[in-house]
Amino acid sequence: MDVLLPRSLEEALALKAERPEAIPLAGGTDLMVELNFGRLRPAAIIDLTRVSQLATHHQENGDVFLGAGLTYAAIVKELPDFKPLVQASRSVGSPQIRHRGTVGGNLGTASPAGDALPVLAAYDADVVLRSQARGERSLPWHAFLRGPKKTALAADELILGTRWKRLRGPGSFSKIGTRNAMVIAVAGLCLVVDEDGRRVNVALGSVGPTIIRASQAEAQIASVMGSSGAWQDPSTTVPDQAIDEFAELVASAARPLDDVRGTAAYRRHGCRVLARRALTWSLNERRLPTWL
Amino acid sequence: MSIDIRRKGGVGESVRRVDGIPKVKGDFEYASDLRRDGMLYGATLRSPHPHARIASIDAAAAAAAPGVQAVLTHADVPGKKTFGLDVQDQPVLAVDVVRYAGEPVAIVAAEDPEVARAALKKITVNYEVHTPVTDMERALEPSSPSVHPQGNIVRTLQVIHGDPNAPADVWVEGRYETGMQDQAPLGPEAGLAVPAADGGVDLFIATQWLHADHEQLAPCLGLPPEKVRLHLSGVGGAFGAREDVSMQIHACLLALRTGRPVKMSYGRQESFYGHVHRHPSRVWMRHGARRDGTLVSVQARLLVDGGAYTSTSPAVIGNATTFAAGPYEVPNARLSGTAVFTNNPPCGAMRGFGAVQACFAYEAQMDKLAAALGLDPIELRLKNALKTGSVLPTGQPIVGAAPVRECLEGLRGLPLPADEPALDRDPMLLPGGAGNVGHGETLKRGVGVAVGYKNLAYSEGFDDSSEAWVRVSVDGHGPVAEVKTAAVDVGQGIDTIVTQIVRTELGIDRVLIRPPDTTIGSAGSSSASRQTMMTGGAVQLACQAVRAEIDAQGGMQQVRRPIEASRVFHHRPTGKLDANGQGDPHVSFAFGAARAVVEVDTGLGLVRVVQIAVTQDVGRALNPQSVTGQIEGGSAQGLGLALMEEVALVDGQVKNASFTDYLLPTILDMPPVVCVLVEEPEPGLPYGAKGVGEPSTVVVPAAVVAALRHATGRELPRAPVRPDDLVGL
Repeated sequence: MDVLLPRSLEEALALKAERPEAIPLAGGTDLMVELNFGRLRPAAIIDLTRVSQLATHHQENGDVFLGAGLTYAAIVKELPDFKPLVQASRSVGSPQIRHRGTVGGNLGTASPAGDALPVLAAYDADVVLRSQARGERSLPWHAFLRGPKKTALAADELILGTRWKRLRGPGSFSKIGTRNAMVIAVAGLCLVVDEDGRRVNVALGSVGPTIIRASQAEAQIASVMGSSGAWQDPSTTVPDQAIDEFAELVASAARPLDDVRGTAAYRRHGCRVLARRALTWSLNERRLPTWL
Repeated sequence: MSIDIRRKGGVGESVRRVDGIPKVKGDFEYASDLRRDGMLYGATLRSPHPHARIASIDAAAAAAAPGVQAVLTHADVPGKKTFGLDVQDQPVLAVDVVRYAGEPVAIVAAEDPEVARAALKKITVNYEVHTPVTDMERALEPSSPSVHPQGNIVRTLQVIHGDPNAPADVWVEGRYETGMQDQAPLGPEAGLAVPAADGGVDLFIATQWLHADHEQLAPCLGLPPEKVRLHLSGVGGAFGAREDVSMQIHACLLALRTGRPVKMSYGRQESFYGHVHRHPSRVWMRHGARRDGTLVSVQARLLVDGGAYTSTSPAVIGNATTFAAGPYEVPNARLSGTAVFTNNPPCGAMRGFGAVQACFAYEAQMDKLAAALGLDPIELRLKNALKTGSVLPTGQPIVGAAPVRECLEGLRGLPLPADEPALDRDPMLLPGGAGNVGHGETLKRGVGVAVGYKNLAYSEGFDDSSEAWVRVSVDGHGPVAEVKTAAVDVGQGIDTIVTQIVRTELGIDRVLIRPPDTTIGSAGSSSASRQTMMTGGAVQLACQAVRAEIDAQGGMQQVRRPIEASRVFHHRPTGKLDANGQGDPHVSFAFGAARAVVEVDTGLGLVRVVQIAVTQDVGRALNPQSVTGQIEGGSAQGLGLALMEEVALVDGQVKNASFTDYLLPTILDMPPVVCVLVEEPEPGLPYGAKGVGEPSTVVVPAAVVAALRHATGRELPRAPVRPDDLVGL
């Protein structure tokens, strides 16, 4: 097995063009498990940890760019304004794993249990890819994540990072597991409010073959908030019945299975409870003045 | 008593562990760190099927692969083809039938571990797959296929005491279940076998009991006992998992065949297949009492799944059954227990050893009874508590300390942790922890109490003695005491306790523990909470003999030549049970009580355990910090069984053989433990010290689940309790 050690993005892309079978390695928190279990014996690995351009983040013109090599520990430390992303990052593994694992890894692995993925889906993020031959392209998250462990990444491409339009509004990420830390999600939910777009985006993880947006629920609550005047006046109460309906619609968007981590019935139940809670938290937060 | 000869660093003091610094610094050599020049690496081919006939094995391609030095099957086992602690029914390598998924079929030695593993894939085994027996109740049906020719019952026993049908005012009844727990020692199975010039073999091994391994190894290797020598290597935890043989015979076979040292070291996944687990149980109980709470009768049926081979199932079901009435005075009882064979992975020893499953059931029953009678659960327990002189359902009287009342009253005296407001609390300190699932919605607190007991040392007529050798000499730095035993420090701290005993008995600060091996007599297993009393007792006797000789020579100053002595410590003899389960089966007992305070997010069925308090009967704490460590660790393992730890089996296949999905409690799951040591010295044991490793594991699962019942009002008859159970799905 060859281990390729590029020191710049250009070098990395050139190597990937030359050795399309090479598997990119960032934190290695997924890849090394596959290697250790003997499920994978790649001919080559491209170690991206020396490519400093990947471990960056910046904002311009209301857009946020998050480099694929940014670790969860760095996100927790450096991006406190993006609360759902920080909450998701904090829920990942142990301190050791958070110091290694990256958002790029979550995207590349494309597991429905990737903790950062529901947040990117709720942000309507694009995934930024680049190859030496064709340059850069962006795909919406749902076009990039094509199924469980399947992505639209071409063999000569690398994931540069992810980009989304910064939203104004509250939001949260929650993850259910059967122990209180270091657990793979049984169900994950991210809810973000887009005050300017007058939308509530809800994305679910670990309850289907890939990340799921609960679009019916999103439409229902946006419409209730519209008709009740809650968008204009955050102090307007959204009726409990509407919140229950929203939670029910979120639960019905889930496509869970029974597995060793949890039952389908519990996963659906969890989505319902988390949806109700997350919406309530965001509605409460809207009532508070922003300067608090 | 010699406890009065208090020496610095002697018994009673929280002396620092003798292995503490090297372990913390990473200098300690565990068995998985062993290496020798020119050594080969062994690997094991395991059956993918829980029940199949082996039609043929073709190992030619594997044997021909570059770097492969040996491929062995059952045909290459030179001696006895089977091993086992109690009954030798487990094949070293499967002969014609595989009885569980994960059973070893062939072994390989190669120049490196990767080559060895690759060679396994080149071995072709043709299996005729049969339907496995995977349900312990179905295994008892006459129509069930037989796992072994003699049928599916490993052992069945009955304890009849008084008139089990004596009339009572109130009866309560319940069915309880516990799942299969893994011991999950941090160090997986590992050892190094080195062929010797005399045609024998030296095995460096992480085990719990050198001599039991030795007894099983020599016949299988076809060697006289003296040509098989076992040396203890660094043990990374055991909890019962190392009581049965795993890779020991395999490594020796490969070393003897190749003439080169062979190391075998399991990864975590293989470890799940490589050792026995805690028996899953199904227990039915019926308790009758008078209106005032006095117990009249206990009827119990206990069934445990022994898996594919005998292992220690007979002793586990013996324990579960004889303890089924709990630490209570019960005038009438009918307790029947059965361990069955199935095609599930074999079950055997794990901390608590049958007492855990029984306690989970009888303590749930006591709470049911208290509710039915409108009595306080602790009052009901106090009313019926065993004490010195009480007679157990086996007819055995308790002659030693039995401070059940003190344990319960100690718990009652501990203040409950203050209520914490849910709002504004760091979500990390709410159920769900790092998952940020709630801000304190639907939070309910519950408190549960359990009391239980466990036998110390081996029971039913077994003489698990221990031998110690002590030598005192004087060098340029003054007197030094050397000690040798075969006692295994699995991490519990026996080396430190031995050091303390020597200091106390001889007044010598410098104590050297020689590495344990099979050149001295057996120390028995580091299990059953027994090493402090057994090896501690042998060391005390040997020290006293040396001391007498020193005194005879006129004191330490007069000693010119080294003085040494060997002594063997036996516990008092016990006896077998008769057909009605009557007899004198147990040596001594340790009691303990636990109180758990939990918070349940009733919306999501997630749990935060706020506090565990344990009051434990320890006889006398020889190293209080070490005792507290045992209670904390035992509580964590008990909490794991209550909430998350279960080897998930589907049709005989393990579905979660990794720490990704076999969940152990993290520090966010495990609360602080309040420990209260109840010290009432046990007559006949060195310093009056009882074993301390197990009682907390016995009572904590019952206490945690009782607290969950209190918080949710749900029945929760099964551990581990799943979120589904707590939300009622």
